[in-house]
Amino acid sequence: MSDALVIAGKSYQSRLLVGTGKYKDFTQTRAAIDASGAEIVTVAIRRTNIGQNANEPSLLDYLPPSEFTYLPNTAGCYSAEEAVRTLRLARELLDDHKLVKLEVLGDPNTLYPNVTETIAAAKTLVKEGFEVMVYTSDDPIIAKQLEDIGCVAVMPLASLIGSGMGILNPWNLQIIIENANIPVLVDAGVGCASDAAIAMELGCAGVLMNTAIAAARDPVLMASAMKKAIEAGRESFLAGRMAKKLYSASPSSPTTGMIG
Amino acid sequence: MSEKSSMQIFVNGKPMPLPTEAMSVLALVEHMQLTGKRIAIERNGDIVPRSQFAEVQLQANDTLEIVGAVGGG
Repeated sequence: MSDALVIAGKSYQSRLLVGTGKYKDFTQTRAAIDASGAEIVTVAIRRTNIGQNANEPSLLDYLPPSEFTYLPNTAGCYSAEEAVRTLRLARELLDDHKLVKLEVLGDPNTLYPNVTETIAAAKTLVKEGFEVMVYTSDDPIIAKQLEDIGCVAVMPLASLIGSGMGILNPWNLQIIIENANIPVLVDAGVGCASDAAIAMELGCAGVLMNTAIAAARDPVLMASAMKKAIEAGRESFLAGRMAKKLYSASPSSPTTGMIG
Repeated sequence: MSEKSSMQIFVNGKPMPLPTEAMSVLALVEHMQLTGKRIAIERNGDIVPRSQFAEVQLQANDTLEIVGAVGGG
């Protein structure tokens, strides 16, 4: 059965998107991403170090852009202007690459998104031809506005970035998913494999995570667990769960043919 | 130090004296030993496409951002 994730007209087999930060070294980054099966990987855009270690290895040596779809992000940006400048640089850096992750933060302690700046940046980026996957709060109205602006995917948080608190408001996510005509991906807050499975069972198109894998005791094993959880959660969603009832007078074994 | 060696630009937030006044972006990239690295450059708020590195001449007090891709979530 073909059940591809389609973003901006391109199909992906994996519904797990992963970040590339916080790993011990590039070898571990690569091993975890291989175990996750992810095809889309986020990267950050940062000033190059000047005058030091001109030959030090780079992330791109370990994760060649020919093998993965890069999703440059705007992590650390607190204004629409900074985010737009960062992604213009990313587009140039990655040879006219258009698929980007927009996030504009509002507060350095919680990393909660600033939705007004996010909306302003999204408008500019869409106008400039970017394919914008947008990180936002789990507010259904904002999610719809971002879709109407022309974002290619909306990515509400499950809980705060790096918190590992799991899905705090499944009801809001459900409303966002029901109203959306573009893929809805949970981005941020997933802590363990069951969180990822729940997101997929709610009907999310995919999940984007970084810390849940990188900060696990065994990141490569957790990456493998996440891959399975995403697949299991997706199949569970597609299969359609049984109705919940307090009890049922309908046992699974036959009521006839009893001995005695 | 001669007059000609006094030109200064700003790269990634830090002042950088240049060895000569007539310097293209391409020459700066070579000067900084970034040749062959995957980088992108913004000059005074505008992107300098890689294809124009050789043509764009630096001016005194230009503000450049030179970036690359790093691990991130």
